[in-house]
Amino acid sequence: MSFIEVKNVWQEYGDQVVLERLNLSVAEGEFCTLVGASGCGKSTFLRMLLGQEKPSRGEILLDGKPLAAEPDPSRGVVFQRYSVFPHLTVLDNVALGLELPRSPLLGRLLGAGKRQAREQAAELLNKVGLGHALDKYPSALSGGMQQRLAIAQALIMRPRVLLLDEPFGALDPGIRKDMHALLLELWKETGLTVFMVTHDLSEGFSLGTRLMVFDKVRIDPHAPQAYGARITYDIPLNEGRRPAAGVLPQQWDQRLAMGQ
Amino acid sequence: MRLINRHPDRGGRLLLILLPFALLLFAYFVGSASRLAENPNDKLLPSASQMASAIDRMAFTEDKRSGGYLFWQDTTSSLARLGMGLAVAAVLGLVLGIAAGSVPLFGAPLSPLMTVLSMIPPLAILPILFIVFGLGELSKVMLIVIGITPCIARDIEQRAREIPGELLIKAQTLGANTWTLILRLVLPQLMPRLLISLRLMLGSAWLFLIAAEAIASTDGLGYRIFLVRRYMAMDVILPYVAWITLLAWTMDLGLRQLTRLCFPWYEGAKA
Repeated sequence: MSFIEVKNVWQEYGDQVVLERLNLSVAEGEFCTLVGASGCGKSTFLRMLLGQEKPSRGEILLDGKPLAAEPDPSRGVVFQRYSVFPHLTVLDNVALGLELPRSPLLGRLLGAGKRQAREQAAELLNKVGLGHALDKYPSALSGGMQQRLAIAQALIMRPRVLLLDEPFGALDPGIRKDMHALLLELWKETGLTVFMVTHDLSEGFSLGTRLMVFDKVRIDPHAPQAYGARITYDIPLNEGRRPAAGVLPQQWDQRLAMGQ
Repeated sequence: MRLINRHPDRGGRLLLILLPFALLLFAYFVGSASRLAENPNDKLLPSASQMASAIDRMAFTEDKRSGGYLFWQDTTSSLARLGMGLAVAAVLGLVLGIAAGSVPLFGAPLSPLMTVLSMIPPLAILPILFIVFGLGELSKVMLIVIGITPCIARDIEQRAREIPGELLIKAQTLGANTWTLILRLVLPQLMPRLLISLRLMLGSAWLFLIAAEAIASTDGLGYRIFLVRRYMAMDVILPYVAWITLLAWTMDLGLRQLTRLCFPWYEGAKA
């Protein structure tokens, strides 16, 4: 049973075709890494999964139901920059996710509810290695620490899908390695379905259970915008880590069907 | 060493800060002394002792006619008008700015309207305010409100649009609805900007206050200055101007300290 189903999805902006004929089915708990050249639509695909953009053709199903057309708590997200709120402390940044859904009028909890939310947030922050920085503002954190915070902030919602848009693109190689370890650990623990856009091929190979390469199959030199990108390779990886064994043949069928 | 690489040390900086003020005062009192030496009844550049006695008369002696202390009465009524005008303008500007900047459906009608309204010279509609609101307090406060609200609203709108879209999306994935998103994320991020905007508008607010008081009032700092102009009482006007400057400067400083105190994250987040 596939968790996310992408059915013949196209994305066009006016004359410009960004993505064409995407067909995909992803099992729950899969760690998909999306790679490809700049401007080939992998971030566009991520935005569609997030609900920030609507596909111009086709549909995306989550658990058999059409995807909500706006961002909601079922899908967490971490961007490369601007993922955390500068005016809240580290602790409040994470506790916010517990406060907002429970208090539609004030947007904040009071008394015992607040204490409980903060305890829960602190626990998660300890796990991602930010236990020492609870009262700091994000601007006092390093880039890697900010991304740890952003991940914790997304995970406190217990989303079923986590979308990562080049989350480690701006980090040093050493820090990046630590972040990979953290991300894998959290993924194994939570059984999340992850989609991660990256420019770093080795990152894509080492982290994912499934690597998707976005590329243009057809190119008209006189009208470079006439054709969009597709998923040209869909490679199962890191067998040992794979959560569900049964998805493999299905993927290969699909690649064959797409003429790859 | 190149000029751009030379920095004053602490003592030097203090000296350089005070120097232009000292020079200005020096130039004034030299001018004043030479004029008074020529004609002791000269009113144009009063001496320090003349101004001191004027201050004593205005601030520390009971007025024979009203039985009050004019200087302090003027100060309180002016500050009350100014404070009221600034407070109303801040709230209105914040609400309009956030509505126009964060909710596209509100922004579409509001934004062009505010642009047009902000182009109306407020002093040109002062007569209308007097006709509509009468000559009382309301019309003076309204002049300040009408004068600075559009500018504050447009500034806040611009800043609201500058909040990265990623943050708004993130907030939605954290379960915010439109209202809580504005309440917990947009509003607190714009509060320091509102204080900055208010600081920038202080000069205009004072301008509108003095103008309104000069035309129709029975007390206030602006009223007094324009009243004593008839007697060429520079010994009153100059201390009043200095006092207004001091008040405005103190308010500016207060707003700046308030920003630092209430929004410690703001300085770091700008980088």
